[in-house]
Amino acid sequence: MLQEKLQDVFNEPGCSTNQAKSEKERKKGCSKALKPGAAAGGCAYDGAMIALQPIADAAHLVHGPIACLGNSWDNRGTKSSGSQLYRTGFTTDMSELDIIHGGEKKLYRAIKEIVQQYDPPAVFVYQTCVPAMIGDDIEAVCKFAAKKLGKPVIPVMAPGFVGSKNLGNKLAGETLLDHVIGTVEPEVTTPTDICIVGEYNLAGELWLVKPLLDEIGIRILSCISGDGRYNDVAQAHRARLTMVVCSQALVNVGRKMQERWGIPYFEGSFYGVSDMSDTLRTMARMLVERGADKAIIDRTEGVIAREESRVWRRLEPYKPRFDGKRVLLFTGGVKSWSMVTALEGAGLTIVGTSTKKSTKEDKERIKKMKGEEFHQWDDLKPRDIYKMLRDSEADIMMSGGRSQFIALKAKVPWLDLNQERHTPYAGYDGIVNLCEEIDKTLSNPIWRQVRLAAPWDLKPDARPDAKPVGA
Amino acid sequence: MGTIQRFPHSAKAASTNPLKMSQPLGAALAFLGVDRCMPLFHGSQGCTAFGLVLLVRHFREAIPLQTTAMDQVSTILGGYENLEQAVRTIHERNAPALIGVATTGVTETKGEDMAGQYSLFRQRNPALAGLKLVFANTPDFSGGFEDGFSAAVTGIVEEVVQPSDKTVKGQINVLAGCHLSPGDVEELRDIIESFGLSPIFLPDLSLSMSGRQPDDFTATSLGGVTVEQIASMGASEATLVIGEHMRVAAAALELKTDVRSVFFDRLTGLEASDRLVRTLSELSGRPVPAKLRRQRETLVDGMLDGHFFYSRKRIAVALEPDLLYAVTSFLADMGAEVIAAVSPTQTAVLEKLKAATVMVGDHSDVETLARDADLIVSNSHGRQGAARIGVPLHRMGLPMFDRLGAGLKVHVGYRGTRELLFEIGNLFLSREMDHDEHGHGHAHGHPHGDGHEHGQHCGSGSCGCSAG
Repeated sequence: MLQEKLQDVFNEPGCSTNQAKSEKERKKGCSKALKPGAAAGGCAYDGAMIALQPIADAAHLVHGPIACLGNSWDNRGTKSSGSQLYRTGFTTDMSELDIIHGGEKKLYRAIKEIVQQYDPPAVFVYQTCVPAMIGDDIEAVCKFAAKKLGKPVIPVMAPGFVGSKNLGNKLAGETLLDHVIGTVEPEVTTPTDICIVGEYNLAGELWLVKPLLDEIGIRILSCISGDGRYNDVAQAHRARLTMVVCSQALVNVGRKMQERWGIPYFEGSFYGVSDMSDTLRTMARMLVERGADKAIIDRTEGVIAREESRVWRRLEPYKPRFDGKRVLLFTGGVKSWSMVTALEGAGLTIVGTSTKKSTKEDKERIKKMKGEEFHQWDDLKPRDIYKMLRDSEADIMMSGGRSQFIALKAKVPWLDLNQERHTPYAGYDGIVNLCEEIDKTLSNPIWRQVRLAAPWDLKPDARPDAKPVGA
Repeated sequence: MGTIQRFPHSAKAASTNPLKMSQPLGAALAFLGVDRCMPLFHGSQGCTAFGLVLLVRHFREAIPLQTTAMDQVSTILGGYENLEQAVRTIHERNAPALIGVATTGVTETKGEDMAGQYSLFRQRNPALAGLKLVFANTPDFSGGFEDGFSAAVTGIVEEVVQPSDKTVKGQINVLAGCHLSPGDVEELRDIIESFGLSPIFLPDLSLSMSGRQPDDFTATSLGGVTVEQIASMGASEATLVIGEHMRVAAAALELKTDVRSVFFDRLTGLEASDRLVRTLSELSGRPVPAKLRRQRETLVDGMLDGHFFYSRKRIAVALEPDLLYAVTSFLADMGAEVIAAVSPTQTAVLEKLKAATVMVGDHSDVETLARDADLIVSNSHGRQGAARIGVPLHRMGLPMFDRLGAGLKVHVGYRGTRELLFEIGNLFLSREMDHDEHGHGHAHGHPHGDGHEHGQHCGSGSCGCSAG
């Protein structure tokens, strides 16, 4: 079952990377083989949780031993405007005896307790490695519980050892397609209803975009899954258009919604000024193609013109401050690249990037934008990054939390671009936020101080006010 | 582990807002207190990623932690090849002095024979004979953080410590349990050295996890007790054993080296600190230094000043067992009432707790038990529940991801006890004074049990009850 599912998600016709592969390569799947002793990153269960947990009013129950939830709950910045139930960590905390006798009965009791105590619209049950190994049939338990308790109980079949976080995202998407989307009919629909897939409302980002959509007259019928509600996700099949964010992970959802319900989809991004404008334009155009009132196109252009002029005006003060400042960008994905234009517009110079997670097309695109001279590193070791920063080859590093300490220990400013950050960077306001964050950290007075030599390391002729190396 | 079932276990099938963390994570922390070490989880890569994130958030430090990256196939067919490849890769890339392998739920459910894999690895890799390799059995599905820490320390003792004919005068071993923060270890070193003794801490988190500024990038742990120091523990005069969960490692050490051990169930509190100081004075044959005498005086003074605010305060505590014991005992020493002590696991130390209710449970149990409490003492995961019931939370233990300097908190010895006394005392003090001014109408100074009210919202936020 799971194996068939894996083959299915690996063979994704909507994924351009996959289509560029040969038949043989495609069969191998898109997860790279992990190298024991030199691997990093989350597992498939982690990925599934990332994709589904933002559904805020549902209960998320992890069936497994304590490590899977106990070590990981309450660690993401996805925000909800209402129900906070998603922040409650539920697990069956499997013990030795559960493993010997099987965990199915305990799982059922756990589901029942949650339904009785919290009455959520649905319970998502996450399969993990250990119950998968001992053969707990969680699909059967969920089916039984759903019938008995009269609530949707949804099995999420993405035990950690099947692969990477990215694969887990995809499997979570499949779960929604198999069990959730299309199970609820909306009370009202409008010709401008859209579904956004792959936006997790980190640090409340969706809320920087939503007011603009409201103004244009585009309604988010459902968002998968940022600030999501179960019933909204379940009625996604009535959207007129799907936008797929962060394309590689959940493109399967967009494509299958098109197959099943004839909803066209496009891949877009909310990051960066031009990408944001493109996204709004595409949205309006495609909605009109499906019969929405043509007036939204004018309204969209109006909003874009106003916001763009406003954002460039607001970025203006940063230009002299950012002049000559060099940025190392380490996130790999396309997402960050859509920010580059905006950052350069604000006066920053991007001196290099990692392309570990980028596709061939991404790399070509970067080359086109930045020229042959530009540094693209495929697999830069932490030690090399550290050395570059130590040698003052950049003024700031922007990356995910994992490499934070490489920069900080080299005493170089660092900014978080990934999920642990607290500031929203999406939309037009987001870019201004980003520049403000960069400016705050670059101009902080600690950098000079922390680079000073300790008094006992000072050479006799060195004056205390002498400029330290690398300052 | 799991043999004592004396205390009521939460009857729920769904553990809700877990207090428990897994064994491998505890093992990883112990390994991180060894210099140039790389902890390695034998399991799927998610096991490592979650543990890593939790430790990074707590310590705000880079955490070296690797994985054998088991997939479906290797899980079924056996993980030896992954393990061997991982150890060899780590050795080639990072050349650590010690690799600490902790098993996980995945490999333990399969039933990987770790002793067998150890021998096989040694046979097949004679070139790596110089590399210290410690294997700890730490299944996710039994025990918890403390047990994993204990298993790793025991493993290190058994693999690395050498018996010795000679005794080095003044050399003292300290088996430092996981309830001691890097800051605590630092403080203990100070105290012990002030008697002219030279301590070897196993593990020594104060040298690795307290915020280092390296000259170069290292992928392994930076600082900590060295493998050579651990090997020389057999030549010490005595071993100080801190915490119930260090007893197994202590027994292994004593069996191997004949160095006598002195056990301390806690180091927080006046009498507990007195016992430590007396022991050190006897071991060294020196009088107690003036600095410690002054510190004792100020602690006594602090107790006198502070007791007004502690008397009959109703407090719920939820922490790892040995820290739970230390904190609840200290609170009882100060005249507070521990209305509930919640532990993540069943363990022997719970027998000694002085609390109205002792149970094995999670943060949702604390939320229920602490409804009419004056304070909750727990890790940062307690914040959601504490905010819901409007009870202030004092953060202790791990993880503490919403406070700076989590690893440097000190609560041992006269000085550490004084710090803790003031921190908690100030919460009571500010709550009483601030709320009086705001007219929130909290009934304070009541004899317990008279059904006082708690405001659900604190406008000032200074009491911590609006901390979300």
